[in-house]
Amino acid sequence: MRRVVAGPEIERLIQLLSKLPGLGPRSARRAALHLVKKREELMQPLTAALGDALEKIVVCDTCGNIDTRNPCMVCADETRDHSLLVAVENVADLWALERAGAVNGRYHVLGGTLSALDGIGPDDLNIASLISRAHEPEVKEVVLALSATVDGQTTAHYITDLLRDADVKITRLAHGVPVGGELDYLDEGTLSAAIRQRTLF
Amino acid sequence: MEWTDDGIILGLRRHGEGHAVVELITAEHGRHLGLVYGGGSRKKAPALQPGNSVRAVWRARLDEQLGNYTLEITQSRADRMMMAARASFGLQTIAALLRLLPERDPHGDLYVMSEYILDRIDEPEAASLIARFELQLLAELGFGLDLSCCAASGITTDLVYVSPKTGRAVSRAAGEEWRERLLPLPSFLREAEVSVSPAEIAAAFALTGHFLAVHVLEPRGMDLPEARASLVAAARRMRAA
Repeated sequence: MRRVVAGPEIERLIQLLSKLPGLGPRSARRAALHLVKKREELMQPLTAALGDALEKIVVCDTCGNIDTRNPCMVCADETRDHSLLVAVENVADLWALERAGAVNGRYHVLGGTLSALDGIGPDDLNIASLISRAHEPEVKEVVLALSATVDGQTTAHYITDLLRDADVKITRLAHGVPVGGELDYLDEGTLSAAIRQRTLF
Repeated sequence: MEWTDDGIILGLRRHGEGHAVVELITAEHGRHLGLVYGGGSRKKAPALQPGNSVRAVWRARLDEQLGNYTLEITQSRADRMMMAARASFGLQTIAALLRLLPERDPHGDLYVMSEYILDRIDEPEAASLIARFELQLLAELGFGLDLSCCAASGITTDLVYVSPKTGRAVSRAAGEEWRERLLPLPSFLREAEVSVSPAEIAAAFALTGHFLAVHVLEPRGMDLPEARASLVAAARRMRAA
């Protein structure tokens, strides 16, 4: 029989922490112990931050991004290029593109990709609002920045079909050799896509 | 329990943080699912894409368990699936149709046809091949159409209609009176033809779609796959171009 070494409050904390991505029961126990040891410096501010975030976090009505204001900071930013609309799968992808600083347009978060196996159809994603935004007169280009997976690209093709009557340029991300990638280590699919989409030098 | 078989990846679902449940159509074991350890990792993601052919080893303690797959990729097609709309929609249509089969029920002919079609999925003939695939699927599900002779007169030539009730072919002369109620039968579904017109493709999908809907999907409370409509539209656009 497993002996309980801490009170129910600490056990609950460990149990909840173990539900976080990347944490199992053992690492959750270590994290909980670290929090308990640093109650003033870490646990208290973390509790306050979690409470604040829980209270203030909203989903942007315009793009589906997560922020503490609605419309979100990206949509409210007037310095951004309003002619460029970048469709991404989820908020993590939006943050990744923002970290890279590669694009200065506005975003649209779809909330996933079409997947018959998971039962995700067009009505489960924010596709209708993307089509509506793409028809705004100021939008000139829609970038479908979706994953280089079969599900991601099927979603991109589906959206392209729906945007056929919109007066916008539809583009998607290039597929090929990643920065720092050595050909010897790349899979056949990536190599084949890179060769098919080779560009003039 | 252990077996080794050739298969095609139809789809995968993340399981936990790092693993994946992979769905295959196999040559001898039908549509079969299994857990791939580390299947959710970035390293394995390129190999575990729908449409890729694999050599699969399945292991489980008991036959009724989900079991584990060890997959070795034998043919990578994912990049071709992603490039063209008709290839993406074609693959999704085939995968959705194969999901109508019961699990672990061998359908060797459908596996062979799937391999053949996926090898040509981005070519113009793919749509007509998928229509033939639907005809074969109906037959394997027990709702095959009888296109060998006319249901009314018994003749074997000039068969241009199909009865929506019986699924039997009807000749032009015998069906003339009821032609509004009969479904057109494109000739390429009976004979191997090289050139197929967009109208014939549309008629073939209308024919197989009717019987799939009535006999297979409606009893299960399902609709025709969304990707199928997109495939038909993409095929029409490509041939018009």
